[in-house]
Amino acid sequence: MADTHSTVVEHSEHDPAAHSPHLRHHFDDMAQQFDSATLGMWVFLLTEIMFFGGMFGAYTVYRSMYPAAFASTSQYMNPLYGAMNTAVLIVSSLTMALAVRAARLGEQKALQLFLIFTMIFGLAFLVIKGFEYHEHWVDNKVPLFGGHWDYSEAPQFARQAQIMFCFYFFMTGFHALHMVVGLGLMTTIFLMARRATFSPAYFTPVEVSGLYWHFVDIVWIFLFPLLYLIGHTKKII
Amino acid sequence: MQVPLFPEAASAIATSVDYLYFYLTAVSVVMTALIFAAVFFFALKYRRRSEDEIPEPIHGSLKLEIAWSVLPFLVMLTFFWWGAQIFFANASPPPGAMDIYAVGKQWMWKIQYPEGQREINELHVPINRPVKITLASEDVIHSFFIPAFRIKHDVVPGRYDIMWFTATKPGRYHLFCAEYCGTEHSGMVGWVTVMTENDYENWLAGNGTEGTMAQQGEKLFGQLGCATCHQLDQQGRGPILRGLYGSRVQLQSGQTVLADDAYIRESILNPNARLVAGYHTDVMPTFQGQITEEQLLQLIVYVKSLAIQGAPPVSEQSSAAPGGAATTTENPNTGGKK
Amino acid sequence: MSTVLQDPRAVETPNYLNQEYGWQSWLFTKDHKRIAVLYIISITVMFFIGGIFASLIRLELLTPQGDLVNSDTYNKFFTMHGIVMVFFFLIPSIPATLGNFFVPMMIGAKDLAFPRINLLSWYIYIAGAAFALAAIVLGGVDTGWTFYTPFSSTYSNTFVITAAVGVFIAGFSSILTGLNFIVTVHKMRAPGMTWGRLPLFVWANYATSLIQVLGTPVVAITLALVGLERAFHIGIFDPAIGGDPILFQHMFWFYSHPAVYIMILPGMGVISELVTCFSRKAVFGYSFIAGSSLGIAIIGFLVWGHHMFVTGMSMYASLYFSIMTMLVAVPSAIKVFNWTATMFRGSISFDTPMLYAFGFIGLFTIGGLTGLFLGTLGVDVHVTDTYFVVAHFHYVMVGGMVLAYLGGMHYWWPKISGRLYPEGWAKFACLLVFAGFNLTFFPQFILGYLGQPRRYHAYAPEFQVLNVMSTAGATVLGLGYVIPLIYFLWSMKYGPKAGNNPWHATGLEWQTTSPPPTYNFETTPIVTEEAYAYHNYKETHVG
Repeated sequence: MADTHSTVVEHSEHDPAAHSPHLRHHFDDMAQQFDSATLGMWVFLLTEIMFFGGMFGAYTVYRSMYPAAFASTSQYMNPLYGAMNTAVLIVSSLTMALAVRAARLGEQKALQLFLIFTMIFGLAFLVIKGFEYHEHWVDNKVPLFGGHWDYSEAPQFARQAQIMFCFYFFMTGFHALHMVVGLGLMTTIFLMARRATFSPAYFTPVEVSGLYWHFVDIVWIFLFPLLYLIGHTKKII
Repeated sequence: MQVPLFPEAASAIATSVDYLYFYLTAVSVVMTALIFAAVFFFALKYRRRSEDEIPEPIHGSLKLEIAWSVLPFLVMLTFFWWGAQIFFANASPPPGAMDIYAVGKQWMWKIQYPEGQREINELHVPINRPVKITLASEDVIHSFFIPAFRIKHDVVPGRYDIMWFTATKPGRYHLFCAEYCGTEHSGMVGWVTVMTENDYENWLAGNGTEGTMAQQGEKLFGQLGCATCHQLDQQGRGPILRGLYGSRVQLQSGQTVLADDAYIRESILNPNARLVAGYHTDVMPTFQGQITEEQLLQLIVYVKSLAIQGAPPVSEQSSAAPGGAATTTENPNTGGKK
Repeated sequence: MSTVLQDPRAVETPNYLNQEYGWQSWLFTKDHKRIAVLYIISITVMFFIGGIFASLIRLELLTPQGDLVNSDTYNKFFTMHGIVMVFFFLIPSIPATLGNFFVPMMIGAKDLAFPRINLLSWYIYIAGAAFALAAIVLGGVDTGWTFYTPFSSTYSNTFVITAAVGVFIAGFSSILTGLNFIVTVHKMRAPGMTWGRLPLFVWANYATSLIQVLGTPVVAITLALVGLERAFHIGIFDPAIGGDPILFQHMFWFYSHPAVYIMILPGMGVISELVTCFSRKAVFGYSFIAGSSLGIAIIGFLVWGHHMFVTGMSMYASLYFSIMTMLVAVPSAIKVFNWTATMFRGSISFDTPMLYAFGFIGLFTIGGLTGLFLGTLGVDVHVTDTYFVVAHFHYVMVGGMVLAYLGGMHYWWPKISGRLYPEGWAKFACLLVFAGFNLTFFPQFILGYLGQPRRYHAYAPEFQVLNVMSTAGATVLGLGYVIPLIYFLWSMKYGPKAGNNPWHATGLEWQTTSPPPTYNFETTPIVTEEAYAYHNYKETHVG
């Protein structure tokens, strides 16, 4: 039978100052809490990979079924916008990593600064995306709302091009949604940082948000070539 | 009152399926009986007789684990093998099988015979002759199921599906739709009548018709303006259709494809999908939405009938008045390939 | 060293139930045990709602004609029965109730890794259920729980989006539960509780959690695409504009096949606990049972095409899926053999939980074997989309999973509530469930081979007798479900108080009071022996 008398100090004998005020009491110590939180975020990111993966998979299937139609859409994808967004996100991941490092080292000012920069770059991404969506709207390449779809320049591809654009908007749309959530996370973390919540002994929320941010960046790294770069140099038949 | 417990077997494949089913059942009964017996027997023999009993632990046995993993798996492989054989047989209609065309739409089956007979929810077939059914859907996914023949195949919109059988026993058998398709899914049922060869010939003759499917197709060919570009024997704006069916076609993309039913259907509904080499895109209009699945099948049967070089068009072969498709119209834009 | 026993007749000790009262202490709780109780209540409600639809279906099928309700209404009945039972009962059932309650206790932890996410998970479940119920109340859904396109995306005129949103939301509840379990099992085991000493119930929930985390997002995106297609009238799966309805099926079944293993694996975990306790013997083949749970989880992701053999998939794909389906049966068979071997030379007692375990072993064997019929290509062509499939999955889901759930509830009821249920009534109800179940579903195998298709409102008249038998069985089965509901509720007030360990079982959860204190253990346990070490009880066998 299990020995229920343990060598661990009993809960009621805790000196309240002996552990961080951030320790949740179902954990034994901060290390266990930190490990659990990071593992939890990794598992969550795994689910996100499957979520986006489903869309990537479906897109790839249709792309291989209708290569000509999909190739005809590539002229409406602006790789310049895409590249700018890629650059912006990569830099934001850098500033995020630096923020996590600052938190780890207890550098409060640096932490706040890098969080601000990350948010600025995140916002820049969304603004550039907004310009892009606007262009698609003006070009009548938005199949989602009644009158903003027109593929009369290549009507033989219209049906499949509509599928392609739907996927484009869903994939970049869900990604942008995740960015918005990320910005919300950053704001929360920033406010916590301003109240000097974080220290080398406790920076779990920064670490975990950093993982999330990097993931959202990586999804874009896959989206960019898939949507913007493949087939861009092929001429339409 | 009749309470059937086992369906009639009326096709060549049905008996094979039944034997495999009996084999599966036998193995299952044996396995189930063994487990039930073991559990029952152990429960009885080792029932607790005193509250102080503490049995000796038996942690396991690698040999046993391997045995009862590998042996059942080997048995399952026999299921797989036999099942695959039947599945292969079902997938390959013999050449020269009789063609029948079935279109499913909410909530009925529309059957067409090449000789022109049409039925709704009824299928007549001769005994002992392979029959190949080409399945199409006008709307949602249906499934063509004949329990007595032990076959079924989903009917998926947007493409053709094939099933085939050889009926072996005269009689009248259920036809069911087996893929849920909306309100009257359970009303999408009918009957398959298997007849002796003589009876079948009589039935064919006695059932009025507006012409064979090929003739109906030819009429459509004229009505829809196909003849404008697709001449029978000389080059028009579109590829020559005589001899096309069953040949290999070189595409713009460099691939070669077989000109089968699906290819012709796609060319009518989405002409630029697989464009023939040497032809422009966006010249042939699409007929998506303007033509039913039944009409598509008629056109295909017509194109199929153009297989023989030098033979006169179908309408000249019968005593019916020419459909008018054989004449070409003057078109100032008619020219050769680009 | 034995724990000091509570005298059952003494004043109630502080425990998770009486520690705090009031609706706020329940609705804002972070205690995994209270959250488990919240789930027990919610899924029981959903189960009976799904059961009402089942009753209406069987009532209609008493006669060959569609004469009780019209076709559209009937189509809504079977759709909503499926959606409610699959997504709102079977998927969450054991993990969110018994798993939530006992996984932390079994590993010696004070709670799950993320208690607030656990509570969030329940609220998300409730939100999903609200959408599903809204779909029902507003007028229903009639696409079948499988939402096949293009019927669901273009043709159906019912509340498809509402229902799909409900399922989408419930999926997140499932994902968060799985995430919580994975991190808990990795990071919060008590000292000495190595992976090799984990109770098999924990292994089963762990494997289930892997599937939940990896599979659910795919059905989420699939249903999202269908919803978007309906809302914006665009075509992703609509063949009229080049979409592929079979792509939907591939995406849907990629999740929904592993989903059936989400449903059954925790049940198998329960059976491992029951068979060992009521044979009073260490399990035979521990590492094989643990490994087979992982094996089922992994191979389960590789077989989805066996739902699509008649859709016109390529021959190679069909061959691959058929052989993989044979393979996935092997780990399940291993479990059945090992449980049976555990009984060999055991000390068997016939308490109600064990009777449910017997029922599971027999009925799951039948259900699993009939799965092989369906995995065999040549036979599947005939029986797919017929009542044979309906019988198969009810054998594994009801004959397997529901029996395991009932067995687990009876087994752990003393721990959860601190009370004993009435054994006589329990045995009677178990018998009703077993008999009623077989009478309901065995005739359906025969009906299936005869050719009665699924989802048929009206059927050929020669099928009536078997259908009547099936409905008669359903009545008995329904009674078998209602009786435990009544006596469990009754026992909370009038049942005799249970001691710490009325079954004399091993396992950390039995080493603490019934009901347990909020923090589970007075002190963190240290584990020194393997699971199911009944042979160590020789002197200390406590009554």
